[in-house]
Amino acid sequence: MELAQKENGVSLLAIDYDLAIDDISRQFKETVVRFRRRGAVVAVSGGVDSAVCCALAVRALGPQRVLALLLPERESSGASERLARELVEMLGVPYERKDITDTLEALGCYDRRDSAIRSVVPEYGHGWRNKLVIAGGLSGQFNHFYLIVVGPDGRRVEQRLGLKEYLEIVAATNFKQRTRKNVEYFHADRLNYVVVGTPNKLEYDQGFFVKNGDGAADIKPIAHLYKTQVYGLARHMGLPHDIIESTPTSDTYSLPQEQEDFYFALPYPQLDIALAFLEAGRNTTELAAALDIDELSARRIYADIAAKRRTTRYLHEAPVLIKG
Amino acid sequence: MKSVRDHVKEYISENFLMGLKDAAITDDASFLDLGIIDSTGVIELIAFLEESYGIRVDDAEMVPENLDSLDAIDRFIARKTFARASSMTA
Repeated sequence: MELAQKENGVSLLAIDYDLAIDDISRQFKETVVRFRRRGAVVAVSGGVDSAVCCALAVRALGPQRVLALLLPERESSGASERLARELVEMLGVPYERKDITDTLEALGCYDRRDSAIRSVVPEYGHGWRNKLVIAGGLSGQFNHFYLIVVGPDGRRVEQRLGLKEYLEIVAATNFKQRTRKNVEYFHADRLNYVVVGTPNKLEYDQGFFVKNGDGAADIKPIAHLYKTQVYGLARHMGLPHDIIESTPTSDTYSLPQEQEDFYFALPYPQLDIALAFLEAGRNTTELAAALDIDELSARRIYADIAAKRRTTRYLHEAPVLIKG
Repeated sequence: MKSVRDHVKEYISENFLMGLKDAAITDDASFLDLGIIDSTGVIELIAFLEESYGIRVDDAEMVPENLDSLDAIDRFIARKTFARASSMTA
């Protein structure tokens, strides 16, 4: 058995990858049959989560029953698309590429976001790049967001966001995930396929997804797997080296942005351990020892996990029906 | 003039609870424990406090000890307004 993670003698993240692949593939195929569909659509971003999902879809259904989609927009990283192409060519799945920039422009994605940014940084304009960064959780503060913008001359401005500007920027950028999902369901409808959602356990548990955007799917084959385990699966399945070695990014904002910048309080290897410890009922003393941190920091990590669950609970909720 | 506690309680009742469940907001009750406020709500609450009391809440002050109950907010606003008054008379 290959260990996904071993920390201070603790192997909470260890799984048998062959068994995991067999189990997921079987349930994947059963789900497609139960839904009376004939295959699966997977949007591949060039990241490890969608790569593993696509590979699992191929294991479950065979390459000819999978359609991969490459859905870049003008702010996507070119490297991401190169990795996505490398993956689909290696897996031998049919794929389509659709640049969604025009759709996003028509919806006002970039204009609405940039107007909100200009209300905070008036000089923001052509040639500037942006990203949001989370702060607070590990300092015992309430989580809050900073806008970081960098001008064409390299000048950097960092500004704490008020609620109105924060919500406007997030709402506008969410057009990206929702537009991609529209395209995914177009192909799923025309082919009678299911749509695959690609969140890992950290993203699913901590609410790092857009409701009715990347959160929408018919099956989520790795939502029970920690990111460490997803990387382990990718290695075990022999997926492209550059995908396995890449740093997780949101690929949503125009400045380079690691996921831990935007949303997670910790790099994923540590957050995986923290979430696994929390779910196993381990206390903060044990977490502190495992991560080699002090106990106050461990308490804040658990508190931050709880805060994110609380804040994003509604993302998981199905529409409420009124009791008659 | 309304006390800080009454003013904030009214704001929370109207804006977060829309008139429901406000009986649960006792002076020392934790907003987080009551499930009334999450991190988005805190940012909204901070904007309300900054506008209502003419203060600026620094990052380091965005902690539950200052903002998680009516009592905590009352003490926090008293400290902030005292500090502001002191700096103006200095």
